[in-house]
Amino acid sequence: MSVVRAETVPVRVESDVVVVRQTVRQWATSLGFSLVDQTKLVTAASELARNTVVYGGGGSLTLEALEDGARRGLRLRFADEGPGIPDLALALTDGYTTGGGLGLGLSGARRLSNEFDLDSAPGKGTRVTIARWR
Amino acid sequence: MTSPSQARATIVPAVLERHAAELLDVWTQEQTTAGLTRGAAGDLRARSTEFLRLLQQATAETSGVGDLTAVHGAPFARVREFLGALSRQRAAEGATPSETAMFVFSLKRPLFVLLRREAADADRLADELWVATELVDRLGLLTTEAYQRGREEVIARQQQDMLELSTPVVKLWDGILALPMIGTLDSARTQVVMETLLQRIVETGAEVAIIDITGVPTVDTLTAQHLLKTVTAARLMGADCIISGIRPQIAQTIVHLGVDLADVTTKATLADAFRTALARTMQSVAPARHAR
Repeated sequence: MSVVRAETVPVRVESDVVVVRQTVRQWATSLGFSLVDQTKLVTAASELARNTVVYGGGGSLTLEALEDGARRGLRLRFADEGPGIPDLALALTDGYTTGGGLGLGLSGARRLSNEFDLDSAPGKGTRVTIARWR
Repeated sequence: MTSPSQARATIVPAVLERHAAELLDVWTQEQTTAGLTRGAAGDLRARSTEFLRLLQQATAETSGVGDLTAVHGAPFARVREFLGALSRQRAAEGATPSETAMFVFSLKRPLFVLLRREAADADRLADELWVATELVDRLGLLTTEAYQRGREEVIARQQQDMLELSTPVVKLWDGILALPMIGTLDSARTQVVMETLLQRIVETGAEVAIIDITGVPTVDTLTAQHLLKTVTAARLMGADCIISGIRPQIAQTIVHLGVDLADVTTKATLADAFRTALARTMQSVAPARHAR
Protein backbone atom coordinates (compact mmCIF):
# COMPACT_ATOMS: atom_id res chain seq x y z
CA MET A 1 0.00 0.00 0.00
CA SER A 2 1.36 3.40 -0.90
CA VAL A 3 0.40 7.02 -0.30
CA VAL A 4 0.01 8.68 -3.68
CA ARG A 5 -0.75 12.22 -2.60
CA ALA A 6 -0.97 14.05 0.71
CA GLU A 7 -2.14 17.42 1.92
CA THR A 8 -2.48 19.00 5.35
CA VAL A 9 -5.10 21.57 6.21
CA PRO A 10 -5.52 23.48 9.49
CA VAL A 11 -8.48 22.67 11.74
CA ARG A 12 -8.44 25.56 14.18
CA VAL A 13 -11.81 27.28 14.19
CA GLU A 14 -15.41 26.37 13.49
CA SER A 15 -15.25 27.78 9.94
CA ASP A 16 -12.35 25.40 9.21
CA VAL A 17 -14.84 22.53 9.61
CA VAL A 18 -16.61 23.81 6.51
CA VAL A 19 -13.29 23.95 4.63
CA VAL A 20 -12.50 20.40 5.80
CA ARG A 21 -15.81 19.13 4.44
CA GLN A 22 -15.23 20.85 1.10
CA THR A 23 -11.64 19.56 0.85
CA VAL A 24 -12.61 15.98 1.74
CA ARG A 25 -15.48 16.09 -0.76
CA GLN A 26 -13.09 17.28 -3.48
CA TRP A 27 -10.61 14.51 -2.73
CA ALA A 28 -13.29 11.84 -2.52
CA THR A 29 -14.77 13.00 -5.82
CA SER A 30 -11.40 13.04 -7.58
CA LEU A 31 -10.64 9.54 -6.28
CA GLY A 32 -13.86 8.33 -7.83
CA PHE A 33 -15.85 7.51 -4.68
CA SER A 34 -19.60 6.98 -5.16
CA LEU A 35 -21.99 9.65 -3.90
CA VAL A 36 -22.91 7.55 -0.87
CA ASP A 37 -19.24 6.93 0.01
CA GLN A 38 -18.44 10.61 -0.51
CA THR A 39 -21.22 11.57 1.86
CA LYS A 40 -20.04 9.05 4.46
CA LEU A 41 -16.46 10.33 4.28
CA VAL A 42 -17.51 13.97 4.42
CA THR A 43 -19.84 13.34 7.35
CA ALA A 44 -17.20 11.40 9.30
CA ALA A 45 -14.68 14.17 8.57
CA SER A 46 -17.19 16.75 9.76
CA GLU A 47 -17.62 14.94 13.09
CA LEU A 48 -13.90 14.47 13.67
CA ALA A 49 -13.00 18.00 12.58
CA ARG A 50 -15.53 19.44 15.00
CA ASN A 51 -14.14 17.25 17.80
CA THR A 52 -10.66 18.56 16.94
CA VAL A 53 -11.88 22.16 17.24
CA VAL A 54 -14.23 21.79 20.22
CA TYR A 55 -12.43 19.22 22.41
CA GLY A 56 -8.87 19.29 21.05
CA GLY A 57 -8.56 23.06 20.95
CA GLY A 58 -7.60 22.98 17.27
CA GLY A 59 -5.20 20.87 15.24
CA SER A 60 -4.78 19.67 11.71
CA LEU A 61 -6.07 17.20 9.14
CA THR A 62 -3.81 15.29 6.79
CA LEU A 63 -5.48 13.75 3.76
CA GLU A 64 -3.77 10.85 2.01
CA ALA A 65 -4.77 9.24 -1.25
CA LEU A 66 -4.00 5.52 -0.95
CA GLU A 67 -3.23 2.92 -3.56
CA ASP A 68 -3.09 -0.79 -2.89
CA GLY A 69 -2.93 -2.72 -6.13
CA ALA A 70 -6.14 -1.87 -7.92
CA ARG A 71 -7.77 -0.50 -4.77
CA ARG A 72 -8.04 3.23 -4.17
CA GLY A 73 -8.64 4.73 -0.78
CA LEU A 74 -8.68 7.91 1.22
CA ARG A 75 -7.16 8.22 4.67
CA LEU A 76 -7.84 11.12 7.00
CA ARG A 77 -5.58 11.81 9.97
CA PHE A 78 -6.86 14.25 12.55
CA ALA A 79 -4.37 15.39 15.15
CA ASP A 80 -4.54 17.82 18.04
CA GLU A 81 -2.46 18.64 21.08
CA GLY A 82 -5.45 19.01 23.37
CA PRO A 83 -6.14 17.45 26.79
CA GLY A 84 -6.54 13.93 25.33
CA ILE A 85 -9.13 11.26 26.14
CA PRO A 86 -8.82 9.39 29.48
CA ASP A 87 -11.13 6.47 28.63
CA LEU A 88 -11.14 5.48 24.96
CA ALA A 89 -13.84 2.81 25.29
CA LEU A 90 -16.16 5.23 27.04
CA ALA A 91 -15.52 7.92 24.41
CA LEU A 92 -16.54 5.41 21.74
CA THR A 93 -19.79 4.54 23.50
CA ASP A 94 -22.94 5.69 21.71
CA GLY A 95 -24.57 8.56 23.53
CA TYR A 96 -21.60 9.43 25.74
CA THR A 97 -20.59 13.07 25.55
CA THR A 98 -18.69 15.50 27.72
CA GLY A 99 -20.07 18.40 25.69
CA GLY A 100 -23.68 19.03 24.80
CA GLY A 101 -23.76 16.92 21.67
CA LEU A 102 -25.57 13.70 20.82
CA GLY A 103 -22.53 11.62 21.73
CA LEU A 104 -22.54 9.91 18.36
CA GLY A 105 -19.73 11.75 16.56
CA LEU A 106 -16.77 9.53 17.32
CA SER A 107 -18.66 6.23 17.24
CA GLY A 108 -20.56 7.39 14.15
CA ALA A 109 -17.32 8.27 12.37
CA ARG A 110 -16.07 4.75 13.14
CA ARG A 111 -19.20 3.19 11.63
CA LEU A 112 -18.86 5.42 8.56
CA SER A 113 -15.33 4.27 7.75
CA ASN A 114 -13.62 0.98 6.84
CA GLU A 115 -10.61 1.55 9.07
CA PHE A 116 -10.56 3.43 12.33
CA ASP A 117 -7.79 4.14 14.80
CA LEU A 118 -7.97 6.23 17.94
CA ASP A 119 -4.76 7.12 19.74
CA SER A 120 -5.00 9.36 22.77
CA ALA A 121 -3.95 9.72 26.39
CA PRO A 122 -4.45 12.48 28.96
CA GLY A 123 -2.01 15.31 28.20
CA LYS A 124 -0.83 13.62 25.00
CA GLY A 125 -3.32 15.04 22.52
CA THR A 126 -5.54 12.97 20.25
CA ARG A 127 -4.95 11.37 16.87
CA VAL A 128 -7.87 9.86 15.00
CA THR A 129 -7.21 8.09 11.72
CA ILE A 130 -9.93 6.81 9.43
CA ALA A 131 -9.76 5.32 5.97
CA ARG A 132 -12.29 4.30 3.41
CA TRP A 133 -11.71 2.15 0.35
CA ARG A 134 -13.56 2.23 -2.91
CA MET B 1 24.79 28.46 -13.99
CA THR B 2 25.14 30.26 -17.28
CA SER B 3 23.07 29.18 -20.24
CA PRO B 4 24.76 29.17 -23.68
CA SER B 5 22.72 32.08 -24.98
CA GLN B 6 23.85 34.12 -21.99
CA ALA B 7 27.54 33.28 -22.45
CA ARG B 8 28.14 36.84 -23.52
CA ALA B 9 26.83 39.00 -20.73
CA THR B 10 23.69 40.76 -21.86
CA ILE B 11 23.72 44.54 -21.94
CA VAL B 12 20.16 44.79 -20.61
CA PRO B 13 21.21 45.54 -16.99
CA ALA B 14 23.71 48.14 -18.20
CA VAL B 15 21.10 49.82 -20.41
CA LEU B 16 18.63 49.87 -17.52
CA GLU B 17 21.21 51.56 -15.34
CA ARG B 18 22.78 54.06 -17.76
CA HIS B 19 19.60 55.21 -19.45
CA ALA B 20 17.27 55.05 -16.46
CA ALA B 21 16.11 58.66 -16.79
CA GLU B 22 15.46 58.48 -20.53
CA LEU B 23 13.72 55.11 -20.21
CA LEU B 24 11.48 56.48 -17.48
CA ASP B 25 10.47 59.48 -19.61
CA VAL B 26 9.65 57.46 -22.71
CA TRP B 27 7.92 54.73 -20.71
CA THR B 28 5.64 57.08 -18.74
CA GLN B 29 4.85 58.80 -22.05
CA GLU B 30 3.99 55.40 -23.50
CA GLN B 31 1.71 54.58 -20.61
CA THR B 32 -0.03 57.94 -20.82
CA THR B 33 -0.79 57.56 -24.52
CA ALA B 34 -1.96 53.99 -23.95
CA GLY B 35 -4.50 55.44 -21.50
CA LEU B 36 -3.18 53.67 -18.45
CA THR B 37 -3.30 56.75 -16.27
CA ARG B 38 -6.27 55.96 -14.14
CA GLY B 39 -4.56 57.36 -11.06
CA ALA B 40 -2.90 60.77 -10.81
CA ALA B 41 0.03 61.46 -13.17
CA GLY B 42 2.31 61.75 -10.15
CA ASP B 43 1.35 58.21 -9.06
CA LEU B 44 2.22 56.85 -12.47
CA ARG B 45 5.64 58.43 -12.48
CA ALA B 46 6.33 57.41 -8.90
CA ARG B 47 5.49 53.77 -9.44
CA SER B 48 7.29 53.65 -12.79
CA THR B 49 10.43 55.06 -11.13
CA GLU B 50 10.20 52.55 -8.31
CA PHE B 51 9.66 49.63 -10.67
CA LEU B 52 12.62 50.58 -12.89
CA ARG B 53 14.83 50.92 -9.83
CA LEU B 54 13.87 47.47 -8.51
CA LEU B 55 14.18 45.91 -11.96
CA GLN B 56 17.61 47.45 -12.44
CA GLN B 57 18.75 46.09 -9.08
CA ALA B 58 17.41 42.63 -9.80
CA THR B 59 18.98 42.42 -13.26
CA ALA B 60 22.31 43.80 -12.03
CA GLU B 61 22.34 41.17 -9.30
CA THR B 62 21.56 38.39 -11.77
CA SER B 63 23.92 39.61 -14.46
CA GLY B 64 26.79 37.23 -15.14
CA VAL B 65 25.74 34.75 -12.46
CA GLY B 66 22.43 33.47 -13.70
CA ASP B 67 19.57 33.57 -16.15
CA LEU B 68 18.36 37.14 -16.44
CA THR B 69 14.85 35.97 -17.20
CA ALA B 70 14.52 33.74 -14.12
CA VAL B 71 11.94 36.05 -12.56
CA HIS B 72 11.00 33.45 -9.94
CA GLY B 73 14.52 33.53 -8.48
CA ALA B 74 15.69 35.26 -5.32
CA PRO B 75 17.10 38.44 -6.94
CA PHE B 76 13.63 39.26 -8.27
CA ALA B 77 11.88 38.93 -4.91
CA ARG B 78 11.40 42.69 -4.49
CA VAL B 79 10.19 43.04 -8.10
CA ARG B 80 7.62 40.30 -7.56
CA GLU B 81 6.50 41.91 -4.34
CA PHE B 82 6.09 45.26 -6.06
CA LEU B 83 4.12 43.80 -8.96
CA GLY B 84 1.93 41.83 -6.54
CA ALA B 85 1.07 44.95 -4.56
CA LEU B 86 0.50 46.93 -7.76
CA SER B 87 -1.80 44.28 -9.23
CA ARG B 88 -3.91 44.09 -6.10
CA GLN B 89 -4.17 47.87 -6.01
CA ARG B 90 -5.06 48.04 -9.70
CA ALA B 91 -7.65 45.27 -9.26
CA ALA B 92 -9.18 47.22 -6.38
CA GLU B 93 -9.25 50.35 -8.58
CA GLY B 94 -11.27 48.37 -11.10
CA ALA B 95 -8.60 48.03 -13.78
CA THR B 96 -8.96 45.12 -16.21
CA PRO B 97 -6.32 42.36 -16.30
CA SER B 98 -5.08 43.74 -19.65
CA GLU B 99 -4.69 47.24 -18.27
CA THR B 100 -2.83 45.85 -15.30
CA ALA B 101 -0.47 43.77 -17.44
CA MET B 102 0.09 46.66 -19.87
CA PHE B 103 1.98 48.47 -17.12
CA VAL B 104 4.79 45.97 -17.70
CA PHE B 105 4.27 45.27 -21.40
CA SER B 106 4.41 48.95 -22.33
CA LEU B 107 8.04 48.88 -21.20
CA LYS B 108 8.93 46.76 -24.21
CA ARG B 109 9.05 49.40 -26.92
CA PRO B 110 11.14 51.98 -25.01
CA LEU B 111 13.52 49.21 -23.95
CA PHE B 112 13.83 47.88 -27.51
CA VAL B 113 14.58 51.37 -28.86
CA LEU B 114 17.44 51.72 -26.39
CA LEU B 115 18.79 48.26 -27.12
CA ARG B 116 18.77 48.92 -30.83
CA ARG B 117 20.85 52.02 -30.24
CA GLU B 118 23.29 50.32 -27.89
CA ALA B 119 23.78 46.92 -29.51
CA ALA B 120 27.03 46.53 -31.48
CA ASP B 121 25.69 44.55 -34.44
CA ALA B 122 22.60 42.82 -35.79
CA ASP B 123 23.47 39.44 -34.27
CA ARG B 124 23.98 40.95 -30.90
CA LEU B 125 20.78 42.96 -31.22
CA ALA B 126 18.77 39.84 -31.94
CA ASP B 127 20.16 38.18 -28.79
CA GLU B 128 19.48 41.23 -26.66
CA LEU B 129 15.95 41.62 -27.96
CA TRP B 130 15.29 37.98 -27.17
CA VAL B 131 16.46 38.41 -23.57
CA ALA B 132 14.51 41.64 -23.15
CA THR B 133 11.31 40.26 -24.62
CA GLU B 134 11.48 37.14 -22.48
CA LEU B 135 12.12 39.20 -19.36
CA VAL B 136 9.23 41.59 -19.98
CA ASP B 137 6.86 38.77 -20.94
CA ARG B 138 7.57 36.88 -17.76
CA LEU B 139 7.14 39.97 -15.65
CA GLY B 140 3.86 40.59 -17.45
CA LEU B 141 2.71 37.06 -16.62
CA LEU B 142 3.65 37.62 -12.98
CA THR B 143 1.41 40.66 -12.97
CA THR B 144 -1.47 38.69 -14.40
CA GLU B 145 -1.00 35.88 -11.91
CA ALA B 146 -0.96 38.35 -9.04
CA TYR B 147 -4.09 40.00 -10.41
CA GLN B 148 -5.80 36.63 -10.58
CA ARG B 149 -4.77 35.76 -7.03
CA GLY B 150 -6.32 39.03 -5.92
CA ARG B 151 -9.57 38.06 -7.60
CA GLU B 152 -9.45 34.60 -6.08
CA GLU B 153 -9.15 36.15 -2.63
CA VAL B 154 -12.30 38.12 -3.36
CA ILE B 155 -14.09 34.95 -4.46
CA ALA B 156 -12.98 33.07 -1.35
CA ARG B 157 -14.34 35.87 0.81
CA GLN B 158 -17.63 35.80 -1.05
CA GLN B 159 -17.87 32.05 -0.53
CA GLN B 160 -17.50 32.68 3.18
CA ASP B 161 -20.24 35.29 2.97
CA MET B 162 -22.50 32.81 1.19
CA LEU B 163 -22.36 30.59 4.23
CA GLU B 164 -23.97 33.35 6.22
CA LEU B 165 -26.88 33.82 3.83
CA SER B 166 -30.16 34.08 5.60
CA THR B 167 -32.89 31.60 4.91
CA PRO B 168 -36.46 32.86 4.63
CA VAL B 169 -39.44 31.19 6.24
CA VAL B 170 -42.20 31.09 3.62
CA LYS B 171 -45.90 30.49 3.94
CA LEU B 172 -46.93 27.63 1.65
CA TRP B 173 -50.61 27.46 2.48
CA ASP B 174 -52.98 28.35 5.29
CA GLY B 175 -51.36 27.01 8.45
CA ILE B 176 -48.37 25.56 6.60
CA LEU B 177 -44.89 27.10 6.74
CA ALA B 178 -41.82 26.00 4.84
CA LEU B 179 -38.17 26.58 5.61
CA PRO B 180 -35.93 25.73 2.67
CA MET B 181 -32.47 25.32 4.20
CA ILE B 182 -29.46 25.92 1.99
CA GLY B 183 -25.81 25.35 2.73
CA THR B 184 -24.17 24.47 5.98
CA LEU B 185 -26.27 23.97 9.09
CA ASP B 186 -23.75 23.97 11.88
CA SER B 187 -22.88 27.62 12.39
CA ALA B 188 -24.47 30.26 14.55
CA ARG B 189 -26.61 30.83 11.48
CA THR B 190 -28.65 27.70 12.24
CA GLN B 191 -29.61 29.18 15.58
CA VAL B 192 -30.90 32.35 13.88
CA VAL B 193 -32.78 30.38 11.25
CA MET B 194 -34.43 28.13 13.81
CA GLU B 195 -35.43 31.07 16.01
CA THR B 196 -36.95 32.78 12.99
CA LEU B 197 -38.98 29.65 12.26
CA LEU B 198 -40.31 29.42 15.81
CA GLN B 199 -41.14 33.14 15.77
CA ARG B 200 -43.05 32.77 12.50
CA ILE B 201 -44.98 29.81 13.94
CA VAL B 202 -46.20 32.10 16.72
CA GLU B 203 -47.03 34.97 14.35
CA THR B 204 -48.95 32.88 11.82
CA GLY B 205 -50.38 30.26 14.16
CA ALA B 206 -49.18 27.63 11.72
CA GLU B 207 -49.96 24.01 12.51
CA VAL B 208 -47.33 22.44 10.30
CA ALA B 209 -43.79 23.54 9.49
CA ILE B 210 -41.80 21.85 6.76
CA ILE B 211 -38.01 22.01 7.04
CA ASP B 212 -36.56 21.18 3.65
CA ILE B 213 -32.92 20.09 3.68
CA THR B 214 -32.51 19.37 -0.03
CA GLY B 215 -29.92 22.14 -0.18
CA VAL B 216 -27.92 20.89 2.79
CA PRO B 217 -24.94 18.87 1.50
CA THR B 218 -23.97 17.21 4.79
CA VAL B 219 -26.09 16.13 7.73
CA ASP B 220 -23.87 15.25 10.67
CA THR B 221 -24.72 14.77 14.33
CA LEU B 222 -24.67 18.50 15.07
CA THR B 223 -27.02 19.21 12.16
CA ALA B 224 -29.28 16.37 13.31
CA GLN B 225 -29.24 17.73 16.84
CA HIS B 226 -30.26 21.20 15.62
CA LEU B 227 -33.10 19.67 13.63
CA LEU B 228 -34.28 17.54 16.54
CA LYS B 229 -34.22 20.51 18.92
CA THR B 230 -36.22 22.62 16.51
CA VAL B 231 -38.77 19.86 15.99
CA THR B 232 -39.15 19.47 19.75
CA ALA B 233 -39.47 23.23 20.32
CA ALA B 234 -42.05 23.55 17.55
CA ARG B 235 -44.01 20.63 19.02
CA LEU B 236 -44.08 22.38 22.39
CA MET B 237 -45.64 25.33 20.61
CA GLY B 238 -48.29 23.11 19.09
CA ALA B 239 -46.88 22.82 15.59
CA ASP B 240 -45.85 19.64 13.81
CA CYS B 241 -42.60 19.57 11.91
CA ILE B 242 -41.92 17.58 8.77
CA ILE B 243 -38.37 17.22 7.52
CA SER B 244 -38.19 16.84 3.76
CA GLY B 245 -35.47 16.56 1.15
CA ILE B 246 -33.71 13.57 2.65
CA ARG B 247 -31.71 12.12 -0.24
CA PRO B 248 -30.63 8.46 -0.35
CA GLN B 249 -27.00 9.13 0.58
CA ILE B 250 -28.08 11.30 3.52
CA ALA B 251 -30.49 8.60 4.71
CA GLN B 252 -27.72 5.97 4.68
CA THR B 253 -25.31 8.25 6.48
CA ILE B 254 -27.82 9.09 9.21
CA VAL B 255 -28.38 5.37 9.79
CA HIS B 256 -24.63 4.76 10.19
CA LEU B 257 -24.25 7.72 12.48
CA GLY B 258 -26.87 6.15 14.71
CA VAL B 259 -29.07 9.24 14.86
CA ASP B 260 -32.65 8.33 15.73
CA LEU B 261 -35.14 10.31 13.67
CA ALA B 262 -37.96 7.82 14.27
CA ASP B 263 -40.04 10.37 16.21
CA VAL B 264 -39.88 12.85 13.37
CA THR B 265 -41.99 12.77 10.23
CA THR B 266 -39.59 12.71 7.30
CA LYS B 267 -40.26 12.78 3.58
CA ALA B 268 -38.07 12.41 0.51
CA THR B 269 -39.38 15.48 -1.26
CA LEU B 270 -40.97 18.80 -0.40
CA ALA B 271 -44.01 17.82 -2.48
CA ASP B 272 -44.58 14.71 -0.34
CA ALA B 273 -44.22 16.80 2.79
CA PHE B 274 -46.71 19.35 1.48
CA ARG B 275 -49.24 16.60 0.72
CA THR B 276 -48.87 15.28 4.27
CA ALA B 277 -49.18 18.79 5.68
CA LEU B 278 -52.40 19.38 3.73
CA ALA B 279 -53.86 16.13 5.03
CA ARG B 280 -52.97 17.02 8.63
CA THR B 281 -54.60 20.42 8.36
CA MET B 282 -57.68 18.89 6.67
CA GLN B 283 -57.13 20.77 3.45
CA SER B 284 -56.84 19.64 -0.12
CA VAL B 285 -55.80 20.97 -3.47
CA ALA B 286 -57.89 19.62 -6.34
CA PRO B 287 -57.41 19.94 -10.10
CA ALA B 288 -59.61 22.69 -11.59
CA ARG B 289 -62.88 21.17 -12.75
CA HIS B 290 -63.87 23.61 -15.48
CA ALA B 291 -61.86 24.09 -18.60
CA ARG B 292 -61.60 27.73 -19.55
